[in-house]
Amino acid sequence: MASIEMRDIVKSYGDHPVLHGVDLSIADGEFIVLVGPSGCGKSTLLRMIAGLESISSGTMSIGGREVNDLKPKDRDIAMVFQSYALYPHMTVADNMSYSLRLRRSPKEKIAAAVAAASSKLGLDPYLDRRPKALSGGQRQRVAMGRAIVRQPKAFLFDEPLSNLDARLREQMRAEIKRMHAEFGATSVYVTHDQIEAMTLASRIVAMNAGEVQQIGAPLELYDRPANLFVAGFIGSPGMNMLEGTVISETGSSAVRLTNGTTISLGQRVDLAEGTSVTLGIRPEHVAIRPNGDGAAATVELVEPTGLGIILHLKVHGLPFKIFSSDRALLAPGAGLTVGFPPERLHLFGPDGRRIPLEARPGDAPSS
Amino acid sequence: MIPTATGSRPRKPFARRIAHTVEPWLYTAPVLVLIIAVMLVPLVLGLSYAFRDIQLLNPFSGGFVGLDHFRELSQDTAFYRALRNTLWWTGASVFLQFFFGLILALLLDKPFAGRGLAQALVFLPWAVPTFLAGLNWAWMFNPVIGPLPHWMVSLGILSAPNNILADPQLAMWGPIIANVWWGIPFFAITLLAALQAIPRDLYEAAAIDGANPLQRFTSITLPFLAPTIAITVLLRTVWIANFADLIIVMTNGGPADRTQIVASYIFTQAFKRLDFGYASAIALVLLVLLLAYSMVIVVIRQRLIEKD
Amino acid sequence: MGILLTIAHRLAILVYVAFALFPLYWLLKVSVTPNDLLYSEGVRMWPSHATLEHYRYVIENSAFPIFFRNSLIVAGSTALAVTLISSLSGYALSRFVFRGKYAVVALMLITQMFPLVMLVAPIFKMLSPLGLTNSLTGLIIVYTAFNVPFATFLMQSFFDGIPRDLEDAAMIDGASRFTAFRQIILPLTLPGIAATLGFVFTAAWSELLFALMLISGNDSATFPVGLLTFVSKFSVDFGQMMAAGVMALVPACLFFLLIQRYLVQGLTAGAVKG
Repeated sequence: MASIEMRDIVKSYGDHPVLHGVDLSIADGEFIVLVGPSGCGKSTLLRMIAGLESISSGTMSIGGREVNDLKPKDRDIAMVFQSYALYPHMTVADNMSYSLRLRRSPKEKIAAAVAAASSKLGLDPYLDRRPKALSGGQRQRVAMGRAIVRQPKAFLFDEPLSNLDARLREQMRAEIKRMHAEFGATSVYVTHDQIEAMTLASRIVAMNAGEVQQIGAPLELYDRPANLFVAGFIGSPGMNMLEGTVISETGSSAVRLTNGTTISLGQRVDLAEGTSVTLGIRPEHVAIRPNGDGAAATVELVEPTGLGIILHLKVHGLPFKIFSSDRALLAPGAGLTVGFPPERLHLFGPDGRRIPLEARPGDAPSS
Repeated sequence: MIPTATGSRPRKPFARRIAHTVEPWLYTAPVLVLIIAVMLVPLVLGLSYAFRDIQLLNPFSGGFVGLDHFRELSQDTAFYRALRNTLWWTGASVFLQFFFGLILALLLDKPFAGRGLAQALVFLPWAVPTFLAGLNWAWMFNPVIGPLPHWMVSLGILSAPNNILADPQLAMWGPIIANVWWGIPFFAITLLAALQAIPRDLYEAAAIDGANPLQRFTSITLPFLAPTIAITVLLRTVWIANFADLIIVMTNGGPADRTQIVASYIFTQAFKRLDFGYASAIALVLLVLLLAYSMVIVVIRQRLIEKD
Repeated sequence: MGILLTIAHRLAILVYVAFALFPLYWLLKVSVTPNDLLYSEGVRMWPSHATLEHYRYVIENSAFPIFFRNSLIVAGSTALAVTLISSLSGYALSRFVFRGKYAVVALMLITQMFPLVMLVAPIFKMLSPLGLTNSLTGLIIVYTAFNVPFATFLMQSFFDGIPRDLEDAAMIDGASRFTAFRQIILPLTLPGIAATLGFVFTAAWSELLFALMLISGNDSATFPVGLLTFVSKFSVDFGQMMAAGVMALVPACLFFLLIQRYLVQGLTAGAVKG
């Protein structure tokens, strides 16, 4: 096991930069998830850790040793690919033992390692089969087994579950988490699926357009997104974003939305009146008020999810989403009143950065 | 973030950088050495012959003659005739090979029992050595042992069972037919490969949208094949224009130079008259013409791709 | 309508098969026709009695066994050499991005453009002092160079069809790039290797022009040269000529039948997409 350090990692293809200086310290045993939309550079970063992509500038070290100029084979890392990348002309056992055979481990040791991994993954009946004769889930397990047998310094995962159906994905997700708990191996996991990110990570690295947007524990990103990108990317259904300008009311600041609605922030903020801001509120935090004060809204669309319902609303012409575990029987066209509890609001400045609001649950006093 | 004391890059070790740069060249080196030694150097030498007096059996030849060969060439009526014949030979061969090759590819793209066998058999002519294909067709056109003249009389194409290879009006058809027979598989194979790369659900989508088979062909098949068609037609045209084997074997340019194409004319100049200087001059002209033609096709293909 | 279309389709296939095979059939037919029936039964589909006399004569009274051996050596060695070399270069074109790549591709494309006739005299003058004229080795070198560009493109298309993830995985497993190439990628390219072998073998087996110019004398003549001299010497004995022709045909056709389906596969992978 080992820690991984990245200092100002830059990647460019010719004049075209794809990563603009990434700094990241991964402690021994951590489970780091790189998450972001496709093209954000997360896979490139992972491949740079693996040594499959060259590093344009910056330093990368694994276990305290700089690896910039080390070939993949000398980095002692294992990787699970989205395509699994199983060797089609080798049996399952040969696939798993290839790395050990390459480094000429003794035969008994190889056999023991393969046996241990295959029994843990339930692959014993398939050891003599070729990958072609396996189901998607089994192939995924072989790919995992190939990584485990060598007991590497770190595990890299490149969207390993994307090719599985929903049920299997859920199962394998739990299995990966269990294995991490058991082995405690340093892991870097790339995904675009925020559920995977939330459930697996000890820390999430949210990336966009080649830059790290925020690094933190899953709930930290959920509760205190550092900017509009993270706020919009984490959480499903996604956070409601409302554009408006700061106005001053008696006792507290408020935001006037483009449609004229005013939403109180419940406190004073240090922004000049007229500053354009974005107000965010998660669908599950919008309050439905039977007849109370708030904004009048009409139901456009109802999506039942089983767990609850997602209501698509219009508030004075602005589209808006609410998630409620209460299966309120609302039909399209129905009217209701919604409220925006100030302690649930997120405020983002003109540059898209989070503006801290005080006295909110979960918001640790900032230093 | 824990700050560490690392200085600024770049300080990639020199050896590693060299290794990285050299790796692709290690893989390509054998090919490059061979091509340069056996093709490029001789090509340059050959080009230089175009400006020299090189006659194999004349020990006093070898001096530079400047543009003399080209001056002679501009007066050479046999060359102009060969140029016209080349156009006719290449155009007819490529068109017929392509046309019948496309139909064959479309026929083979449908699954049917015995397709594997049929495919192997119809592609077989391609494996026949060209000189043998030429000889064989020459024999087929020979009324003494070949059936074709007799059949053509029965069909009313010929009035008497004569060898069309000896008839100045018809002789060119002999090598063209042999060439079509030999070359259909090339087009069929490449077009079939391209056809099989078209996603099947496109056809299903089009069928659901109400397109009839002809509309499906023109709106899906042809656009998908267009880049392949352009590149194969380009390659084949150049190749066939240079392809003298069949003509040399079947007619040797005769009768009365009616089947002499530029490539066979070069061959005749070089190996019958042993005048390599003049032969190289003709070859240079042919090379320039073919390069010009290729440029045009490449530009057209680029347009097609950009349109997508 | 459906049935009619199906019948038309099968008929069309049949016409193509007949057109492809008839000349070869005729070659075979004349080669087994006894001399006395050759003229009297000129256009019959099969002679009233067949003979292998022509084959016997050709094998016993001519240098064809030597031609055959020479051609096997030349075509076989060329096929092996080209496949070996072009699998390396094809891999480089498929996997590496490097400065000068386009120059390499352009160089190889140009070699497909010019009339090879131009090269005969210079190559003769270059090989002669090295003692490589009138030698099978010289012929193998020349054929290898001629076939390597196309074979490179062919192999490249096969490599393009193999996911890069596989050698990435192998390199992470501890293989160097070359080890990954040998142990993972090459075994998966066997169909492509077969196709390339067969393609080059057929091409080298058929080549006439350079064999004609670089070789004089029977000892190192290849089949095409031998057959052509035979034809010009015995231009009246059709039975014997065609028997020799059939013998020249057999190895090339066998090789082709073995590999033709890989050829389509390989081209599907993108050889012609440029």
